[in-house]
Amino acid sequence: MPGPSTAEAQSDVQRLQQISRKLRIDIIETLAKAGSGHPGGSLSAIDVITCLYFSRMRLDPKRPDWADRDRFILSKGHAVPAQYVAMAEAGYFSRDLLKTLRTLGSPLQGHPVNHLLPGIEAPTGSLGQGMSVAQGMALASKLDGDRFHVFCMIGDGESQEGQIWEAAMSAPKFKLDTLTVILDYNHGQIDGHTEEVMPLEPVADKWRAFNWNVLSIDGHDHAQILGALDQARAHKGGPTFIIANTVKGKGVSFMENQIAWHGAAPNKEQTEKALAELRAPAPGGKA
Amino acid sequence: MPQKATRDAFGEAIVKAGEKYPQLVVLDADLAKSTKSEGFAKKYPSRFFEMGIAEANMVGTAAGLALAGKVPFCCSFACFITGRFDTVRISVAYSKANVRLVGSHAGIAIGDDGYSQQGLEDVAAMRSLPGMTIVQPADDVETEAAVDYLCRHVGPTYLRTTRQKLERVNDPATYKFELGKVVELLPGGTDAAIFATGGEVAFALQAAQALKQEGLSVGVVNVHTIKPLDTAAVIRIAQQAKAVVTAEDHQINGGLGSAVAEALAEAGVGRKLLRIGLKDTFGESGTPEELLAHFKMDAKGITGQVRDFLKS
Repeated sequence: MPGPSTAEAQSDVQRLQQISRKLRIDIIETLAKAGSGHPGGSLSAIDVITCLYFSRMRLDPKRPDWADRDRFILSKGHAVPAQYVAMAEAGYFSRDLLKTLRTLGSPLQGHPVNHLLPGIEAPTGSLGQGMSVAQGMALASKLDGDRFHVFCMIGDGESQEGQIWEAAMSAPKFKLDTLTVILDYNHGQIDGHTEEVMPLEPVADKWRAFNWNVLSIDGHDHAQILGALDQARAHKGGPTFIIANTVKGKGVSFMENQIAWHGAAPNKEQTEKALAELRAPAPGGKA
Repeated sequence: MPQKATRDAFGEAIVKAGEKYPQLVVLDADLAKSTKSEGFAKKYPSRFFEMGIAEANMVGTAAGLALAGKVPFCCSFACFITGRFDTVRISVAYSKANVRLVGSHAGIAIGDDGYSQQGLEDVAAMRSLPGMTIVQPADDVETEAAVDYLCRHVGPTYLRTTRQKLERVNDPATYKFELGKVVELLPGGTDAAIFATGGEVAFALQAAQALKQEGLSVGVVNVHTIKPLDTAAVIRIAQQAKAVVTAEDHQINGGLGSAVAEALAEAGVGRKLLRIGLKDTFGESGTPEELLAHFKMDAKGITGQVRDFLKS
């Protein structure tokens, strides 16, 4: 659970809220510059990604190949702008590189690629695959005496892929307490609402039935995210599944819950409007 | 000559290699008894992962193990590994993960299980992936040497093994496996050069002997590495012969036959080309012997096809 004292924990949460707010601005600016990309799923994922990169993952941005680092695999690879801005902020690479997103020769490909950008662990974006790769890494960690923890974020639309359920079956078999999978449950995908495209509910029951340790949180509440990540790491004997209930496009009013913003970059006017909202002081001091 | 299935040689080789290479791990998808990974599973249970009948997850898991420093051999039938092509494409090839995919039960020669279990398009699929190395040993000697080499190789690899026993064609006393180099088992054919791979190599040798009795000079080259192809040797050997033949237990499109055709055409080497294999058709049930005869891929079939081809 968060921090040694309540005051410290609160200040950590506030720090992370500030980082998330900044990273949302970076996401919008980066996508606007690129002229294409996926704001909806990046904005829904960013609070969890913030908590991983700036609090709970054991990492060293200066040594991205450190053997004992925790791993993060963004299986829903289209949301990679969220990961890129977090990595830039953490110091994996220069912020200038963000301007090259989706351009020829850039290590910041439209979907993440491990061998082009140190710190990216595996290529993802062909949906359904990242969780299996994460499981392989978690197995390697177990073989070597639990050297590191593997975090993997999947999407709700992505959960329609059969390979997700193959991995859902196998990770508990191997008692992979070195693996935590986080569902970015934002309810949107290209063709519409996930429950209309292909119903996923009852999602918690499904994962419990597959013998996962299932937690459900508000995926935009940093204190809840930190608490769940700590519970996941502390859980022994099997993998943990965190249902992060999120809002697609979170933080930009006209993008929230709008499917059209799954895969479209904002134009100049929309960018200014989004940035104005994100830069405005939050009501009640909350980010 | 002794006979052994290359899947058996593979199974024995990984047991040996397991001792020498502590990072070696093995995955299988409910076919350990068939791919012959079961020996490893018994000897090193903590380094063996039974993934159940879920090949895509197995291939992705192997990629993760490799990206975290392990050296996985990921085993299933050739057709089932290829069937999870997108996972191979992204999680293994694109990630450049150090995975050895092992496709056993290659070709029609598996026999009576029929087409759905016969790996006949696997080489074509794997060959299309950038950076994928493809090795198909012709006998037990080559399999053992290839596996030992692959434990040290870096990069995605596809190893193709057979269910049926193969006649030994290499001398265990002198054999050295060199990735990307052909082995000229019968050099100097002036009428035709047969480039063969896997189970077809021994048949090609027998065919060359039979054709020699008829006064035809036919060379035999064992292409154990289909990718990267030993292009320089293929061109040199083809130039010494009037005609070129390829032989593989695979579709003639996309496999060794296509690789040789591309190499020769790109070099401007004009030679008549006969591609022996499945000629754009599905496999079927039957005994291995019946099937090899039916598709004219056994020694007699190759002999007949080459004879007719050289006359035409």
